[in-house]
Amino acid sequence: MAKSFSIRHQPGFTTIAAVCFVALYMPIIVLVVYAFNEAPSTSEWGGFSLKWFQSASQNAQVIDATLRSFQIAAIAATLATIAATMAALATTRTPPYPGLTFKYAMINQPLMVPEIVTGVALLIFFSRIKIFTGYSGLGYLIAAHTAFCIPFAYLPIRARLENMDLSLERAAADLYATPWQAFRRVTLPLLWPGILAGLMLAFVISLDDVVITEFVKSGGQDTLPTYMLGQIRRGITPEINAISTAFLLLSVVIVTLFFFVSRKRD
Amino acid sequence: MPEQPGKNAIEVRGVRKVFGAGDAAVAALDTVSVSIRENEFFTLLGPSGCGKTTLLRLIAGFDYPSAGEILLYGDDIALLPPFKRPVNTVFQSYALFPHMTVSQNIGFGLEMLGKPKAEVKARVAEMLKLVRMEHLASRRTSQISGGQQQRVALARALAPQPKVLLLDEPLSALDYKLRKEMQIELKRLQNQTGITFIFVTHDQEEALTMSDRIAVMSSGKILQVGSPWDIYDKPADRFVADFIGETNFLTASIAGIENGKARATLKSGATITASVADGFQPKGEATVVVRPEHAKLVKGKAELSGTVENVVYFGTDTHIHVRLDGSDDLFIVRQQNARSAGCGFETGDKAGIAIGDDAAQVLRD
Repeated sequence: MAKSFSIRHQPGFTTIAAVCFVALYMPIIVLVVYAFNEAPSTSEWGGFSLKWFQSASQNAQVIDATLRSFQIAAIAATLATIAATMAALATTRTPPYPGLTFKYAMINQPLMVPEIVTGVALLIFFSRIKIFTGYSGLGYLIAAHTAFCIPFAYLPIRARLENMDLSLERAAADLYATPWQAFRRVTLPLLWPGILAGLMLAFVISLDDVVITEFVKSGGQDTLPTYMLGQIRRGITPEINAISTAFLLLSVVIVTLFFFVSRKRD
Repeated sequence: MPEQPGKNAIEVRGVRKVFGAGDAAVAALDTVSVSIRENEFFTLLGPSGCGKTTLLRLIAGFDYPSAGEILLYGDDIALLPPFKRPVNTVFQSYALFPHMTVSQNIGFGLEMLGKPKAEVKARVAEMLKLVRMEHLASRRTSQISGGQQQRVALARALAPQPKVLLLDEPLSALDYKLRKEMQIELKRLQNQTGITFIFVTHDQEEALTMSDRIAVMSSGKILQVGSPWDIYDKPADRFVADFIGETNFLTASIAGIENGKARATLKSGATITASVADGFQPKGEATVVVRPEHAKLVKGKAELSGTVENVVYFGTDTHIHVRLDGSDDLFIVRQQNARSAGCGFETGDKAGIAIGDDAAQVLRD
């Protein structure tokens, strides 16, 4: 019997795959390994130590930036998820109508516009508001993060809703549920895994952002990524590796949770 | 047709439903009026796109008519949202809530109506018994078979004791044997609960076997409303005659209408009696229909004659295709089979077709 075509049996497949994996993961592995370096170098090994984790966890600036990152990510992800849930309901719970594709594009626009453009635009826009209002708190960062997190929260929620039969809400209405009851008792429980997935994705995206944050932040408003960027400019110690490793671990945990949550009850 | 006594559960009066606007506007329902009696098993029958599901959705409240009234025991409900109508639906896809158990699904409507917990529990138990699902009460709806899901959907819709139950092609997803079982089950449930059923289907056999009355629909209009016998034996027009069962169409000149009977002179020169609908006065030429089992194939002369072209054996009966003399038309005769005996005709035989006194109907087209 003739063998069917399989890309895995083409010449060079294994080599290319191996090169890609090495290129992807090797730098990260090196970074993690040197987080445990005794010597103050990111390239020469001087024995195993946890001292960089210790010093990072006692560094007031790191703690300050980390807390700020979490604060912004938590608020922005929550707001973005609420907005994304409403947007997803509005774009999927009616039969398709003209103009719907345009609305999809509008909601997902932050995915298409280069971050640097959004950053510059927000910088100019917010500086005017700052002059008028005199307010220069975290509100600007939270607003900016909320805006670019919406499409990331929107996508898993919409995917979940699209797999949900419209006749479920109809059945609820037919069985005397008011629109609010139908939402509470039928739509929301079924949508919940999608909402959680959207929330986690938005949280990670907000936590990770550099470009827009760098443009929007006022003095003394460093988040963890912008703090790290600032440190690298001044010369690197394994403390950066240690922070990166902790950050990596957190992202892996959240993305793993996201994976399990979005697979649930399918 | 004499008006029978009994209250009307639903009265549809001059209902139009137009989708789209301007030049793209399509009338899914074109000024439909029909009355559905209390405790009746009423079927909306027609091909897909005829408007039957649109009419059902208007009665359920999932859509609103462009014009006209829908009365439920005398009250106009046309513009009420679905959750304010004492009408429940069995959906084609069942639409069971996947995050709830069988019992929770059945109790949902009563709970939404704010019934006390004890009452909901008792009623759910009663419903489970009615559809014979007691043993699966605490299962998730994804853990039961299609036929069982069907029963849960029925129990859920019947639990709040609706004034009218709407069924949107509920049997179409089931295989043949299960469908036959559920047809009988549905009739039983309707007898037992005494609730008015409005059933939508495109399956003419299903409609004939289950309904008290049938409305045949096509292109947004109701063409005929009547008992299964009326619809089958006295089709009002060509579409109804053609859609339901097999039919032979003959052209005849009509004369001498009296007591609902007319003399129809066929092209062969033979004259047969044909029934005519009340108040219909055909002039000159008209189409007459004869069901294949109402004609008889004979050796020798009869009302029609022709040459046997094909003999098709069906087990319970045999269909004999006869090419009529003096025309190109085929006429099909269906004969009941007897054991160990052929139908007595072979391809190429000359044969006569006898049409009895009560075999033909004049169409309105």
